[in-house]
Amino acid sequence: MHMADALLSPAVGGAMWVVSGGLVAYSAKKVREEADDRKIPLMGVLGAFIFAAQMINFTIPGTGSSGHMGGGMILAILLGPYASFLVLASVLTVQALFFADGGLLALGCNIINMGFFTSFVAYPLIYKKIMGCGHDKKRLLLAATVAGVVGLQFGAFGVVLETVSSGISELPFKAFVLLMLPIHLAIGLVEGLVTSGVVSFVMAARPEILTAAAERTPLGVSVKSAVLGIAAAAVLIGVALSWFASANPDGLEWAMLRTYGKEELETKGKVHDLLASLQKKTAFLPDYDFKKVGTDPEAGTNTGEVKVEAAPVRKAAWPAVDVGTSVAGLVGGSLTLVMALLAGFGLKRRKVAS
Amino acid sequence: MNKLGENLVDIGYMDTLAAGDSPLHRLDPRAKIFTTFLFLVAVVSFNKYEVSALVPFFLYPVFLIFAGELPAGYLAGKILVVAPFAILVGIFNPVLDRQILFHIGSLGISGGWISFLSILMRFVLTVSAALALLSITGINSICEALARSGVPRPFVVQLLFLNRYIFSLTGESERMSRARSLRSCSHKAMNFGIFTQIAGHLLLRTFDRAERVYQAMLCRGFDGHIRVVRYSRIGRREIAFMLVWAVLFVVFRFVNISLILGQTVTGLLK
Amino acid sequence: MSHHIVEAEKLHYSYPDGTVALADISFRITHGESVALVGENGAGKSTLLQHFTGCLLPSEGILKVGGLTVDKENLAAVRRAVGMVFQNPDDQLFMPTVFEDVAFGLLNLGIHEAELEGKVMGALETVGAAHLKGRPPYRLSQGEKRAAAIAGVLAMSPDILVMDEPTSSLDPMSRRRLINLLKTFQHTKIIATHDLDFAMELCERTIVIHKGCVTADGPTGEIFSDDELLKRSSLEKPHLFYNS
Repeated sequence: MHMADALLSPAVGGAMWVVSGGLVAYSAKKVREEADDRKIPLMGVLGAFIFAAQMINFTIPGTGSSGHMGGGMILAILLGPYASFLVLASVLTVQALFFADGGLLALGCNIINMGFFTSFVAYPLIYKKIMGCGHDKKRLLLAATVAGVVGLQFGAFGVVLETVSSGISELPFKAFVLLMLPIHLAIGLVEGLVTSGVVSFVMAARPEILTAAAERTPLGVSVKSAVLGIAAAAVLIGVALSWFASANPDGLEWAMLRTYGKEELETKGKVHDLLASLQKKTAFLPDYDFKKVGTDPEAGTNTGEVKVEAAPVRKAAWPAVDVGTSVAGLVGGSLTLVMALLAGFGLKRRKVAS
Repeated sequence: MNKLGENLVDIGYMDTLAAGDSPLHRLDPRAKIFTTFLFLVAVVSFNKYEVSALVPFFLYPVFLIFAGELPAGYLAGKILVVAPFAILVGIFNPVLDRQILFHIGSLGISGGWISFLSILMRFVLTVSAALALLSITGINSICEALARSGVPRPFVVQLLFLNRYIFSLTGESERMSRARSLRSCSHKAMNFGIFTQIAGHLLLRTFDRAERVYQAMLCRGFDGHIRVVRYSRIGRREIAFMLVWAVLFVVFRFVNISLILGQTVTGLLK
Repeated sequence: MSHHIVEAEKLHYSYPDGTVALADISFRITHGESVALVGENGAGKSTLLQHFTGCLLPSEGILKVGGLTVDKENLAAVRRAVGMVFQNPDDQLFMPTVFEDVAFGLLNLGIHEAELEGKVMGALETVGAAHLKGRPPYRLSQGEKRAAAIAGVLAMSPDILVMDEPTSSLDPMSRRRLINLLKTFQHTKIIATHDLDFAMELCERTIVIHKGCVTADGPTGEIFSDDELLKRSSLEKPHLFYNS
């Protein structure tokens, strides 16, 4: 469930970068404060372990299909929230860099979706609460499964929110939620089973590893307040950035519509004139977004709640598109592409020749 | 071995690419990362129906690939491998947004198809630029750049160690699952119980390895800080690289070169 | 010079779970000696080696390295004096490139810039691995890895070299190269090994460890001619012994 750059708006991607960057810095500080040098190589090789274990396919119980594990919860159990968050963030970074899983701009989103919810929500608030300090296997199964499911549900919901508030995909919020959550319910169940299986193996073979892990991860009030703080920060930054983006002539017309409202658009203030002229310069399909957005009053300024449900569009709201412009766009686009490629080849030829 | 296993082969190959010696490879990694981010932001900042204005942006990945002497076909293959998610989500656009925007001949093109095409182009642009960045820079230089740009040290060190031990550990897991499949008659994926055993074993070995690595570090005077060797610096070439591309991105962003070119050509034809 | 002396007196070590790994170890190794530590698997060789670098501290008895008692206070100085080459070079080469790995210890000693470069390259040249400097460790052959690991240790100019199974998983050529290289070193050398030919060739003295105790300590030639001792310690005669 990696978010992709292609589906992101800069406001959403940027907000998630800021939030996840802050979290990385905060976790790094916490890990440094723990002053456990042993953890440095341990975190590194455990990150590599996640890759290694993900390589192995297994049959999912009760079905014929096969899958592989995620491993976030195992990391949290072994390392505690801060270190496991750093490890997950590093794993996602490597995936973004080497496999182009997700993408660089989407990295912030992915770190929040997969790292934050596992390390800072599902682990401390669910797993720890159910598990307590005991070593009971039935409890472990319950705790790991519930935490696995909740973590993934949050993550999937994050993907939906980020995609919908970016406004690139047309998928309506409700349908997307109905698509993502059930799938991730199943994935979460399997992940919970894997977590409890692997952890109980370690419990039986080398219980001291788990005891040591539990001891060196003191969990106080700080996690809860961190969670709340981060949620608040995410919303604030999202609002600020989307406002900033919409206040800029940046092609994010939909956001502008939401911010200024329909009436002001129709009055065609100076800002709008400027925007329109700029937009004519920049857009392939001029005036594409001046469709009627419906009249729902609750259209907020918060990117978090923008809905992209195809609003009832009146044909008249669409200005006639100049076919000539479109053809020009097609011809020009192809030519530019060819030129870009030729420039590249030219560069290569020159190199070979020299 | 699943998709991830096959992908790991790529890490080795991309490391080899990053060890190349083109002028692009020699640039300070910070300049390359900065420029690539400008590129990404510029690309994704277009509205969702934008297609033609995105085209000039292909110049950047194409430049990186050719000037960095990277194998274009190989990178294209990698882009295809990760395409499904973007396609999966994007394909709903034509279904949901059927407003006809214009006609080519008698064929009506809906807004959904335009925005789907835009998503695909964004996808190719962003992914190719990211892959090219890695192939001309290498993960270690990226880490060096991160450390020098103020990214918290524990995270940078984490990335370095992770990258260092991916091969050792995936090798181990591959050998374990091969040993298991040699002793089982079916070729199917292993059953769940065996998987947790193997993963558990692997985890224990990982702990042992971490302990040995830690000892090796102690033996060479480790005191809790990893010091990174500094190689490169920002000089005139770096500044020129960043400036030229930044100006180009701004121009591409606000002037639709494709459209102007197309209008000129179609105008001439008339 | 006392820096190069290693002295153990009635060393005893048991693991936290109660397993006794070292029961009674005493010896004195002096300046410039090359000593082979031999014994069956689980005899306690690796546990003993970990004591030399203070990664484990004796439960009872005293270990002195270069005149310093190995304890918590002296750890830094002890690790400065002892260079440890691990059995698996992958555990030892943890930095991203060979150059950086060799530089790791030097940077910890506070050596920078030109001096750093000089020392790193000097160490790499000594082991014949200068051309590997930019390579990531996981892309080296076993022999190259071994050489790089030794360079990392040499760069810190230790007085005493401790090696754990240096010839394991080396092909014959790499093994030969390693032997020739080690012959040129002036350090006090303590080498744990199963490769008895290697011990014959390189070490004038051999200490036999069996079930955590020193069962024999003397000139290598004498040790390997004592059939009764070899049998008792689960060892066998090296081939070189018959040929020489």
